[in-house]
Amino acid sequence: MQKLITWIDDRFPLIKVWEEHMAKYYAPRNFNIWYFFGSLALLVLVIQIVTGIFLTMHYKPDVNTAFASVEYIMRDVPWGWLMRYLHSTGASMFFIIVYLHMFRGMLYGSYREPRELVWLIGMLIFVALMAESFMGYLLPWGNMSYWGAQVIISLFGAIPLVGDALTEWIRGDFVVGDATLNRFFSFHVIMVPLILAGLVYLHIVALHKVGSNNPDGIEIKNNKRPDGIPVDGIPFHPYYTVKDIFGTVVFLFLFFLIVFYAPELGGWFLEKDNFTPANILQTPPEIVPLWYFTPYYSILRAVTWEWLPLGAKLWGVIAMGMSLGFFFLLPWLDRSPVKSIRYRGWMYKTALTLFVVSFIVMGYLGTKNPTHVDLLWFSNKTWSQIGLFVYFAFFILMPIYTTLDKTKPVPERVR
Amino acid sequence: MRKTISILLCLVSGIVHASSEVGGLDRVHIDLGDEVSLQRGARTFVNYCLSCHSAAYMRYNRLGRDLGMSDEVVEENLMFASDKIGDLMTVTMSVAHGKNWFGVAPPDLTLITRSRGPDWVYTYLRSFYADEGTDTGWNNKVVQNVAMPHVLYEWQGTQRAVMEGNEVVGFEIQKPGTMSVLEYDDAMRDLTNFLVYLGEPVKMYRGKIGLWVLLFLGILGYFTYMLKKEYWKDVH
Repeated sequence: MQKLITWIDDRFPLIKVWEEHMAKYYAPRNFNIWYFFGSLALLVLVIQIVTGIFLTMHYKPDVNTAFASVEYIMRDVPWGWLMRYLHSTGASMFFIIVYLHMFRGMLYGSYREPRELVWLIGMLIFVALMAESFMGYLLPWGNMSYWGAQVIISLFGAIPLVGDALTEWIRGDFVVGDATLNRFFSFHVIMVPLILAGLVYLHIVALHKVGSNNPDGIEIKNNKRPDGIPVDGIPFHPYYTVKDIFGTVVFLFLFFLIVFYAPELGGWFLEKDNFTPANILQTPPEIVPLWYFTPYYSILRAVTWEWLPLGAKLWGVIAMGMSLGFFFLLPWLDRSPVKSIRYRGWMYKTALTLFVVSFIVMGYLGTKNPTHVDLLWFSNKTWSQIGLFVYFAFFILMPIYTTLDKTKPVPERVR
Repeated sequence: MRKTISILLCLVSGIVHASSEVGGLDRVHIDLGDEVSLQRGARTFVNYCLSCHSAAYMRYNRLGRDLGMSDEVVEENLMFASDKIGDLMTVTMSVAHGKNWFGVAPPDLTLITRSRGPDWVYTYLRSFYADEGTDTGWNNKVVQNVAMPHVLYEWQGTQRAVMEGNEVVGFEIQKPGTMSVLEYDDAMRDLTNFLVYLGEPVKMYRGKIGLWVLLFLGILGYFTYMLKKEYWKDVH
């Protein structure tokens, strides 16, 4: 065994890579529950790729057979139903984990210097993930798949001058059709997964260059022992590998609870309207994307001010783009002298809470008819507009309130 | 921090609740362990529904296997529209004929309980009433001006709608059928039960498999926790 390792090590930096990224990668010793979601995101990516490979063996990207091939997988392919439910549940769980992972970054200022690139690459992963799930959602060729794709692609039509030509180019047809299904299949199973894998690799390389942040937002590298090891650091392996294994088992327990007992999760993970084949003549009563896109869908629909130049639709699309764009700017919008929420004042705490509430409320309203009243007093549209205002205020006012905010002194060592 | 999490949890659970309401539909008791009910439902389905509606994602032999019937029993009692046991449950009526006769082609029913929900199907099957204003002479409370005639009127008899303005608030039996109200409700419950099975055959098994998976993960969770504790003894 030792001989084999030496043989490989003479030709490939095996020991070096292992030590740099596992056995001698020093992570802060005070990680809490929020720090499970990075490794869990990687786990779900692997689940999606493995189940996706098996689904691709039986799925047929053709408008006449796509819907039936999914039901074939559900009934006639041995364990096909399990692969399909793992994949559909995995998609939603991916977003739950990634949203929590991003929220962790906002809690403890993980995007701040020197981790700006880790954050930016992470945001690119998030955008790629959105593209991946949007295109994957068309593949079952259910009625909501069809109309969802129709609506989202038509958004590009709001762009002045080139809009209509652009939507036609994306679809490869005048409506969502066979050409669209085929190219989305190609993007979903090979192009975007390759991009995702590459970005995840870069995300980890960038992270291991600067080292992990922690709930106290203290740089452990500033306080080293004479041998160069951070006083508050512990080697990732074995400490965090055994911890993450436990976290993985807990996560899988919840994951399989959904897969085996509630794969539709009351319509939130698999929508009712998607159990009807795509029908160009029959629009579903309410066209809604899956839950992980609904906050942005609410932002899109909240912009109804027709007096805006070039029309409200274009500004809705711009607002939706900006709602993502602002996330990229976070490292430069945040001017607080401290990173972690533990040492921040009431202003940031209030702002973050309001932001999360607006995100969840808009997520809920994105599944509802804008003219109805599903919350108190106002119509869903009005509430979405309030949510939109809060959402953007969080980012735009951030340089001001993080400067004014009274912070607490940060200790030398992690707690 | 903890407060934030609990507020988030409350909001999320509120969202989950909001989606499970049943508006104006009668609740049906679904039990996929009730094999006799599923068999009765299957018989009703192939005799009355399958002449116009297909169940084109389902195979006869799979149905027999899941519902405790041998291939011979299925061939003799359930296969009128096909001659091979491994065939899909398609329908002989063409789409064009269907459109001609009813205005719309009768939809495939394999996934009807997954797209509409069992309560909808159960209520729909019991809500046909006589209405001279329509082409077929029938109407339905759940789908106004439905194209489908009341196929099971011999069982249920003829109902008259009790109206309040434009809304159907109840039914009165005008001419009794061969079944009492309770018997008909039971037959429709069996049919709905079968349709729930048809929508997702694996629903019969996945719960049992899941139990073993969760049990295994529970035990593994205990050992991985002990392992973590052992390693982390020297950290704090």
